[in-house]
Amino acid sequence: MDGFSIQLTRLLFRGTVAHHTLRSTHSPLPAGQLHCIWASAGRTGNMKLQYKGEKLFQPVAQSRYPQPKLLEQRPTELLTLTPWLAPIVSEGTFNAELLQHIYQPLNLTIGLTVFAVGKYTHFVQHFLESAELFFMHGYRVCYYVFTDDPTAIPQVPLGPGRRLGIIPIQRHSRWEEISTRRMEIISQHIAKRAHREVDYLFCVDVDMVFRNPWGPETLGDLVAAIHPGYYAVPRQQFPYERRHVSTAFVADGEGDFYYGGAVFGGRVANVYEFTRGCHMAILADKANGIMAAWQEESHLNRRFISHKPSKVLSPEYLWDDRKRQPPSLKLIRFSTLDKDTSWLRS
Amino acid sequence: MAELLRTQARKPKCYLLRPVTFLLIMLILVFFGAGFLSPRSPVLWSRRAGAGEAGRESIGLQVVKLSRMVYPQPKVLTPSRKDVLVLTPWLAPIIWEATFNTDILNEQFRLQNATIGITVFAIKKYVVFLKLFLETAEQHFMVGHRVNYYVFTDRPADVPHVPLGEGRQMVVLEVPASARWQDVSMRRMEMISSFCEQRFLREVDFLVCADVDMKFRDHVGVEILSQLFGTLHPGYYRASREAFPYERRPQSQAHIPRDQGDFYYMGAFFGGSVSEVYRLTKACHQAIVADRANGIEAVWHDESHLNRYLLDHKPTKVLSPEYMWDEKLLGWPAIMRKLRYVAVPKNHREIRNR
Repeated sequence: MDGFSIQLTRLLFRGTVAHHTLRSTHSPLPAGQLHCIWASAGRTGNMKLQYKGEKLFQPVAQSRYPQPKLLEQRPTELLTLTPWLAPIVSEGTFNAELLQHIYQPLNLTIGLTVFAVGKYTHFVQHFLESAELFFMHGYRVCYYVFTDDPTAIPQVPLGPGRRLGIIPIQRHSRWEEISTRRMEIISQHIAKRAHREVDYLFCVDVDMVFRNPWGPETLGDLVAAIHPGYYAVPRQQFPYERRHVSTAFVADGEGDFYYGGAVFGGRVANVYEFTRGCHMAILADKANGIMAAWQEESHLNRRFISHKPSKVLSPEYLWDDRKRQPPSLKLIRFSTLDKDTSWLRS
Repeated sequence: MAELLRTQARKPKCYLLRPVTFLLIMLILVFFGAGFLSPRSPVLWSRRAGAGEAGRESIGLQVVKLSRMVYPQPKVLTPSRKDVLVLTPWLAPIIWEATFNTDILNEQFRLQNATIGITVFAIKKYVVFLKLFLETAEQHFMVGHRVNYYVFTDRPADVPHVPLGEGRQMVVLEVPASARWQDVSMRRMEMISSFCEQRFLREVDFLVCADVDMKFRDHVGVEILSQLFGTLHPGYYRASREAFPYERRPQSQAHIPRDQGDFYYMGAFFGGSVSEVYRLTKACHQAIVADRANGIEAVWHDESHLNRYLLDHKPTKVLSPEYMWDEKLLGWPAIMRKLRYVAVPKNHREIRNR
């Protein structure tokens, strides 16, 4: 199970780490057998970059929940597992309360990057307000808003343990330029700052709104989201970059899902590698005077074929409100802002 | 699509200069990239820093670059299995036939040069099961990957010589036998945890702990590998939790009340990363010792303690009963598309305690 992997990796029990005893009220094992182990910063010694302490998962305090039904009962009509055994997350596949029990004690911090350049600063208010309601409720959250006009970013009241960082960036005349620089900016931001502040990082578009809970079911090593426009379409019709000269080129018989550029994430170290990889590929294309069909999204899709995500989010996590919601998608959590009614509401 | 047309219209007209310029710039980028990838880059350094133990821990979890592969497209609206649950409520995959693509998974694990250890206990007369176990493992278990068999026995002279494939080796570990078969079974927890520290940590990335009175009949591969996995007991995959044969006496460390429990896991096949198997076996051993001090022995011995542990520490993968079957007792129902690891008929009275 992917969401666990951060907690279960890099266990050190050679005596170089600090041990903390955990009291579990329900476990019959004597206290002192249960311990939470933190990888100390000392392990990464002479390095400049030290990732936030990585923690092990602890025993689950017993919550009452129904027994999983192994036979016939299908909670959803969607595919729930990729061929490489990454879960595809949708309503009905997980027990939110159980996951909360597992993840809450880990004291995780989740980062969320968003780009608000030029007129897009208008979306920030509604975006942040909806995130305050639905994004990782009960966890520590760092919003990172990249903008060319910090004064245009509104003051939105944030819940406890949640903070906002405004990062000024350069404005470009062409919107494609802004779009293709996001990978570079995110990777640099992680190297400079985010690696110290968050355990997981999500990178999303700002002209969107959270409509329902987005919780720890989304956490994983490397997370992609299925594009709402192509989930029912054969791969030959995916809008991949089809020109051989581009580094984002995808051949006809290749491809798993068409992922949306508006949502991706994972453990901060993996997001760093991913965005850097995309950035290098974009640079190579630029040197050849080519820009991929859907800019970063083309490069993101190329990279996700060769570096498969460990968790995939169903289109519930990246929806387009203009589309009719099919019965197989039970709970839309994050979708395009209906730009007309937003004016009416404000 | 308008964007697509726009970019195509922007193509430059000079054809000769472009390839040369392209090559020059690629060369520069390669040098630049190589410079970036040197140990000065702290992020990448952290990935390589633990070539020893710390590096081992992340095997199987790294995002590796796969080569181009051809396989059918997964369909979002078409579940791979309609008759069974393939994902637990905590989002761990439940491994059934047709849920996974062996080629993709094999490449992911081969690229990391994963080594898989498998422990098996052949105490007293149980040495007689070794030959078939090893021969069938050679045919079906982790083929193509590096494998270390760890054979725990009190009769090293009786361990058969089975020819092993490339990259596969056997280590015989001599251990004392216990008089009672229940103790033989339970002492496995102690021995595995002790050897985790002594050698498994350094020698393998993943550990599989298996019963010896079994044989492999079909593919058992890297699809099972993750940080912690348990296998569904073939006798209880249809049962409700009240009917699971958990230890029900509150005095035992393995106690599970009637309204709790996800699955009933079999003690004969579990595993994960070495560190997680170490934690599990250590915890189970300590629980067994605590029970003994309180004058109680759990109803299904190490299996009861395993179930308590996996309730508290949810496994990251669950194996379907395809991975633990008894055809004589249970036949071959349609829901089991493959029978991979199956019981070998044995006479209990004959073989135990001898």
